[in-house]
Amino acid sequence: MNQQELQSLRALIASHKRWDFLFGVLGVLALMLGVMTFVALFADMTINGIGRINIDFLTSFPSRRAANAGILSAWVGSVLVMLVTACAAVPLGVAAGVYLEEYAPKNWFTDIIEINVTNLAGVPSIIYGLLALGLFVYTFGLGQSILTAGLTLALLILPVVIVATREAIRAIPQIIREGAYACGATTWQVVSDHIVPYSSAGILTGVIIGMARAIGETAPIITVGALTFIAFLPPAPFTGDPSAGLFDWLFAPFTVMPIQMFNWTSRPERAFLDNAAAAGFILVLMTLTMNGLAIWLRYRLRKNIKW
Amino acid sequence: MSVPSDRLKKDHTRHIKERVIEAVLLLAACVSVFTTTAIVYILVKESWVFFQHVPLTDFLFDTQWTPLFDDAHYGIMVLLSGTITSSAVALLVAIPLGTVIAIYLSEFAPFSVREIAKPFLELLGGIPTIIYGYFALLFLTPLLQKIFPSLPGFNLLSAGIVMGIMIIPYVASLSEDAMRAVPMALREGSYAMGATRLQTSLRVVVPSAVSGIAAAYILGVSRAVGETMILAVAAGMQPNLTFNPTEPGATVTSFIVQVALGDLPHGSIGYQTIFAAGLTLMLLTLAFNLVGYYMRKKYREVY
Repeated sequence: MNQQELQSLRALIASHKRWDFLFGVLGVLALMLGVMTFVALFADMTINGIGRINIDFLTSFPSRRAANAGILSAWVGSVLVMLVTACAAVPLGVAAGVYLEEYAPKNWFTDIIEINVTNLAGVPSIIYGLLALGLFVYTFGLGQSILTAGLTLALLILPVVIVATREAIRAIPQIIREGAYACGATTWQVVSDHIVPYSSAGILTGVIIGMARAIGETAPIITVGALTFIAFLPPAPFTGDPSAGLFDWLFAPFTVMPIQMFNWTSRPERAFLDNAAAAGFILVLMTLTMNGLAIWLRYRLRKNIKW
Repeated sequence: MSVPSDRLKKDHTRHIKERVIEAVLLLAACVSVFTTTAIVYILVKESWVFFQHVPLTDFLFDTQWTPLFDDAHYGIMVLLSGTITSSAVALLVAIPLGTVIAIYLSEFAPFSVREIAKPFLELLGGIPTIIYGYFALLFLTPLLQKIFPSLPGFNLLSAGIVMGIMIIPYVASLSEDAMRAVPMALREGSYAMGATRLQTSLRVVVPSAVSGIAAAYILGVSRAVGETMILAVAAGMQPNLTFNPTEPGATVTSFIVQVALGDLPHGSIGYQTIFAAGLTLMLLTLAFNLVGYYMRKKYREVY
């Protein structure tokens, strides 16, 4: 091989290595763009909203005057809706996940259930809003209430809970089941004494991620007909005159954090936009905390459990 | 032989209890089937009434969308043009960036970078869309207006860009999963021939993972088409038959929000309009999901 060929070969290798390096830089830049968006988003909301965040903001109702307005009815509404969502989605999702992993026979009906779970995960959230409007509000007559919103969001996050449950259950080695069956346990005893307890941390991770998604959902709740201006709280059980029943709050009109924020965002006055930033700041903090908790839980889980 | 103790006596209720529990669990699993059925039933039922009033040809070919005016027109193309334009902008952002991030994380990044970047992308994907809408309207639009002074306050461009950023985590993380499923032996073969990382990535790994990557893109498209709040906040809600992203416009989804914010009586034609719009959206995402399904099947490489 003469000197010239050797040189051109070296030049070729060098140029390929340069491209390699350039792509590495491009990858880092693309990631940085994500980081910068995140920083810009968070900083913008903090700078505009931080001045509004104080105890009064959390304990006041919305108002026509931006300086007096607060998010009391919004965060109470969000908490109550989340409560209904969790009560509906967790038992249903875990039960469905357990059925599909531990009971379901291999047949066409199981296939249909699985296809449905996969497809529902891809249905736009606003479609769930239309479903709830047609079904819960008008067919079942539940009205535009906390119960309707909670059930709507429960259906929305059901696929998330089911998939998380199934993945957590699949990670449990077969030996555990065989050991329990060998001792004469029934399927339900295996499930309730072994499968569910051992997969509970994984299920919890999925539930938290689902709830974090539900708390930020706006479109389906608007479609159901949440009001944007609520200056009262749902009736607490056994208070007021006449005394409210234990479950009256389920049927009360309500608003939630993202809707309150949407309402303020769509106003032209700067002061209301600052309120929106403050509400957004709290909302982002809530979802980040929940997602962060889920990620941390999963990380711990991956590290600690060695079957 | 007599049973030695009560404890070991055959428990007849045990079998029945097991069957009841299994039935209850099956019922819970069937909720997903009920949900799908109910979605289809509600959308078709209300749209059926809608199409009794509005001929299908008007719905598909009319060039105006004014369902709440006295002189009502129902041309879904107007809303679809907004959906298509904003989704196109979003995909122009999300697909290149998402793919580059996926290749980088799967083939280039050291372990520590990946361990930090993956959860970070997940956090980014978990931010509520209303927050992204606020960001598009009050941060990105003013920024873009400094570059293009003629840009209106509401426009499909900034909504589309932010929507693209929102979709990046989905595209990147699914594509990365697909690439990491490519067996190490293929990469080793390529490296043994003297290929660089980039050559291996682009000529071996990406072609092998193409079905998974295509599925990730399709998921991105269906996210973009179904996205609501970013568009409702940042793109304005005036129906506008345009494919120019620098104009304001309404989409199928933002129209539904706009109507729902008002107070339409149950059973009126306006009320049924949102179900017709919803049915269109549902068919659109269904079509994309089917395309994704067949792509995955057709180009699947089995190792």
